[in-house]
Amino acid sequence: MKTFIGIDLGSTTTKAVLLDDNADVIGRGITNSRSNYDTATRVAKLEAIIDARLTLCRRALKDDVPELAGRLDDFLTRLELGFRREQFLEQLRDLEQTCIDHIDGDRFAGQESAVTDVLEAVFSKLRDEAAEIYGPNAERRSDFFRDIAGSRYLAVAEDLAKQAGLSYDLLLNVYDKSIIEVENRPPSEDMSGKFLRSLEELVNEAPEFGVDAATVERAVKSALGVDLEEAYLVGTGYGRVTLPFSKEHIRSEILCHGLGAHMMYPDTRTVLDIGGQDTKGIQVDPEGIVENFQMNDRCAAGCGRYLGYIADEMKMGLHELGPMAMKSTRSVRINSTCTVFAGAELRDRLALGEKREDILAGLHRAIILRAMSIISRSGGISDQFTFTGGVAKNEAAVRELRKLVVENYGDVTININPESIYTGALGAATFARRAVN
Amino acid sequence: MKNSKDIIDRCQQLYEDLDFTAAREWKAAEPGRKVIGYMPIYVPREILHAGGMLPLGIVGGGDQLEVIHGDAYYQSYICRIPRSTIELGVSGRLDFVDGMLFPSICDVIRNLSGMWKLMFPDVYSRYFDVPQNYADDIGGNYYKAELKELCEGLEDHCGVKITDEALRRSIAIYNENRRLVREVYEFRALEPWKAPASDVYLLIRAGLVLPVEEHSQMMQDWLAAVRHEDRPMRDNCRVVVTGLFCEQPPLNLIKSIELSGCYIVDDDLLLVTRWLLGDVPIDGDPLGNLADAFLHHSESTAAKYEPDLKEKGQHLVRSVEKYGAEGVIFASPSFCDPALLDRPMLQHVLADKNIPYIAFKYAENSGQMQPIREQAGTFADSIKLWSEA
Amino acid sequence: MTEITTSRAERPAKDAVKDESMLKQKAMMAGHYDRLTSATERGEKVCATFVPGNLNELIMCFDFANNLPEVNAIQNGLRKKSGRYVMESEKLGHSEDVCTYVKSDIGMMAMGNLAPNGKPLPSPDVLLLSYTGCFTFMKWFELLREQYQCETIMLHTPYEGDGWVTENMRNYMVKQLKEEVIPKLERVSGVKFDIDRLRENLKRSAVAEDDLVYVLQSAKNKPSPIDAYFGGIYYIGPIFGAFRGTDDAIDYYRTLRAEVQDRLDNGRGPVTPEGDMGEEKYRLVTEGPPNYTSFRDFWKMFYDEGAVVVASSYTKVGGVYDFGFRHDPERPLESLAEYCLGVYTNRSLPQRVDMLVDYVNEYEADGLLINSIKSCNSFSAGQLLIMREVEKRTGKPAAFVESDLVDPRYFSAANIKNRMESYFQMVDQKRAGVKGAAA
Repeated sequence: MKTFIGIDLGSTTTKAVLLDDNADVIGRGITNSRSNYDTATRVAKLEAIIDARLTLCRRALKDDVPELAGRLDDFLTRLELGFRREQFLEQLRDLEQTCIDHIDGDRFAGQESAVTDVLEAVFSKLRDEAAEIYGPNAERRSDFFRDIAGSRYLAVAEDLAKQAGLSYDLLLNVYDKSIIEVENRPPSEDMSGKFLRSLEELVNEAPEFGVDAATVERAVKSALGVDLEEAYLVGTGYGRVTLPFSKEHIRSEILCHGLGAHMMYPDTRTVLDIGGQDTKGIQVDPEGIVENFQMNDRCAAGCGRYLGYIADEMKMGLHELGPMAMKSTRSVRINSTCTVFAGAELRDRLALGEKREDILAGLHRAIILRAMSIISRSGGISDQFTFTGGVAKNEAAVRELRKLVVENYGDVTININPESIYTGALGAATFARRAVN
Repeated sequence: MKNSKDIIDRCQQLYEDLDFTAAREWKAAEPGRKVIGYMPIYVPREILHAGGMLPLGIVGGGDQLEVIHGDAYYQSYICRIPRSTIELGVSGRLDFVDGMLFPSICDVIRNLSGMWKLMFPDVYSRYFDVPQNYADDIGGNYYKAELKELCEGLEDHCGVKITDEALRRSIAIYNENRRLVREVYEFRALEPWKAPASDVYLLIRAGLVLPVEEHSQMMQDWLAAVRHEDRPMRDNCRVVVTGLFCEQPPLNLIKSIELSGCYIVDDDLLLVTRWLLGDVPIDGDPLGNLADAFLHHSESTAAKYEPDLKEKGQHLVRSVEKYGAEGVIFASPSFCDPALLDRPMLQHVLADKNIPYIAFKYAENSGQMQPIREQAGTFADSIKLWSEA
Repeated sequence: MTEITTSRAERPAKDAVKDESMLKQKAMMAGHYDRLTSATERGEKVCATFVPGNLNELIMCFDFANNLPEVNAIQNGLRKKSGRYVMESEKLGHSEDVCTYVKSDIGMMAMGNLAPNGKPLPSPDVLLLSYTGCFTFMKWFELLREQYQCETIMLHTPYEGDGWVTENMRNYMVKQLKEEVIPKLERVSGVKFDIDRLRENLKRSAVAEDDLVYVLQSAKNKPSPIDAYFGGIYYIGPIFGAFRGTDDAIDYYRTLRAEVQDRLDNGRGPVTPEGDMGEEKYRLVTEGPPNYTSFRDFWKMFYDEGAVVVASSYTKVGGVYDFGFRHDPERPLESLAEYCLGVYTNRSLPQRVDMLVDYVNEYEADGLLINSIKSCNSFSAGQLLIMREVEKRTGKPAAFVESDLVDPRYFSAANIKNRMESYFQMVDQKRAGVKGAAA
């Protein structure tokens, strides 16, 4: 089947969306952008294809294995988990070998075999943990290999190095050199093999699904066998200056954002996107064509990155800011959204005895006020309004935005899509589809 | 007799009232009354008063106004006062104002005059230009004709009549007001512990929104009250604060300077209330008298050209000498062209006279006072050490 | 005032003949700086003044060499020296918030005051503070006066707040010229004022102005034979600088006009640093000064996309000639006054909106691009409203980018390119409607 791919290279994450010929989204993929956009693009695309295979599996299983009805989601989740575990093990083997290859240089002199031994022990332990990490009920804070493998490696290696009487620095050194290499090496193309190994295990170890192994295998194999022809690809993103595509395959992120929002909510007329680096206000016409846009000016005050600084300053996770701000009953007025001054202002407020949640509520309001001025610059809000970007996941920011939109523009529909991070990539994929059709 | 706290409480209410209720009530009290807003730095309020209109000083939105639309009109490198002023406008807080005057102070306020014309086409908006040439037959004639044009514009737009007789009466009333402002300043310089700078600021600022007669009475009452009140004297040093002639510092900033150990004995806040030095003659051609006062007896400030190099910055030296100040604090709004471009020249003059100074920037909505407290406190300490040495 | 330094090899051979105006301008600029840097040894007096409100015809009447600090700042920007100068003057106590022309000038003085020819610039004998359309001018020359301790003459140009010149404004200016400016220039120069000499200079100005207007208005053609912003900055050099009223300027503009005529006759687009521009895809009107530290990079973002600027407000900053104003030998002082009063930055916001709307319509532009300059509040304060108004009245989209005149710290290529490309693609989409989305 023909597929159309949109890639959105962001400053922190790279997203990919795969559309089929009916303009249905069949796959989404995301990865960290690293310093290498080429790899990020390849990985995001591969992730989207994996997701697309799962979509095709779903379609096949739904038709061919009706007894899975009601449990299809669960089944597919388990199938994917097994796949992820296989993928993780594959990358782990790569990391191990790369680490061993990096045991080189004066600092390792005379300790090569001791380091190798510890490394083998570390990776053996990590392999053992894989089943648990990818167990059906495990919680992972990230899906990125670097995050999962990295945190466990550092913990286990420190422990085992101490036991072996080796300097932990040596293990850090090989890891630091290797992780970037491994991360920038795309996973092997043998996707079907990993799916099938996962399926086999699932069928064997989860009899509760009570399905006929051969029937399921036939359905999954047919899904894996569908030829996903890449009919056209369009890339976009903040890093477009260095996008690894030729010019005719590139569209502006603003256009992609506008069109993506239109695809999600066809009645959208105004889009607000608050990303890490910038804030955009976009007006689109009934066809999703951008009519006007404004971005934050040269000063990036009030963008997503600002919240990052605040989180660091408060020694909190980024995702914890919103919930804490929601606890506030009395918002503190924060006048500056200057990232440079954020820390000082915060300490000043804390020193004055203001509550953390009240300060945070004020900070969220300040960010949204900035966004309101960008919306106002772009032409205001007349009809459906769609909010996208990382900050759209933050409930405190959304609460302030709703308040201010209603106060200033009346009772308009406000759309926030849980998949809003893919808005740009969806727009790009739609452009790809339109380029061919 | 009223006590000073009640008076200052009333001033504080006026200061905090971003809807200008007092001016609205004044206007509503009699049909046909007109209110004319003006921005820093100076307009001849006598002319408005003579037409039976209320001059209303608009000096931004302070630190309590939430700017939602105003920011949409300005880049990040432009000061705060025009944004909050536009916010006041688009949010309807100035919907009772019949005209707006934008004095010649800098390019931002100058351009705001044109923005006002585009955004509020029904309001009488005028860029109030003043001569930078101080010869009577050149700048003086030009200024007189500009004043005449202003009178005619107001007469046309507001349906009022501005007669010479009324102008003379208004000049006398404003002379009285200026005398009282000077008295307040002199009292503070003499006994600053009895006249906290924030109180003096609020008292003078009330004059921007009240009818002048009421404001004069208020100052009289305050002076009468504070002379009889006693407050503890602190071991503060004495400073002149300069650079505050347009965008207003938050009240907290004024308080912070004093709390850090500096008595403010002179400043350039709200210059419109004492722009003209001494009394304007009442006899003769009133517009001519106003022009003469402007050319030859008015304040020096960054927005005005100083034709004589030797005179540059001397107003500051004179203020230091007259009020026995021990140092100067340059507090300038961020991105304020007049204050910041003038600052190095003024600092050179002070350095030549061995007058110590410090400098920092603020915005009308600055929330952080800690750095200012630290700088002003260190300055006060160093002055004390220096004078003891 | 600036030179295009495209190497011979890069340019098609047939172009070489067409570059006479560029070579001429280059020689004029070299001569200008040689004259300035040798003024002291030749016993010539030097007058410094500004581009908007530049009274070159009058200054020539007193045999002054005319030194324009804005032009020096531009040269330092193009030669990538301004960054150091700006930082030097910030070290000397100038705020990071204020105009970088001033700071480049003051930093340059502190670091040897060298002209582009490598020789020191002379101290001015007189500062003609033509306070026209820019508040900073007043402080700038107060600062220079402090440095040079020389005669400083204030010529105050009232602002066209209501959108027109009044009799009072004109009289005020003429009186200043008669009673302040001319007597002081006489005193400093030791040369008696001769009004007939002024008339002759003004007559020459008007001739060159006619040709300049022809060149600027040639952009109404499709394709436009000129770029009226990046190219336009070269075209305005002589007339905005020290050459208005000279025979050199007449020659330059005559030559330039012939070249533009030739381009028109042959259907050729504008010249760029990389030769003739390719197909004209977008026609833009620009508002605001350019960035000089990355001038070429900025320009390239336009011509690489096939975008040509057909009219710009910046090329009116040293005089607005395309609505009919000419220096008039019959009314010498009055026309100098009207010239100052009419420069772009001395016009009210509503007038500026009218002009830009007129340009978008008359030059059949696809829209307005505003380059908002951190240094220049005279231009920048209110540009976001200008943008709204022009969009509303023309129905054409506008784009907004930010940079600075000569502070390299304020030029973010990625940021600007991102916006420019989005803008061009938006124009594409709008043109083609729904189907355009597929293109």
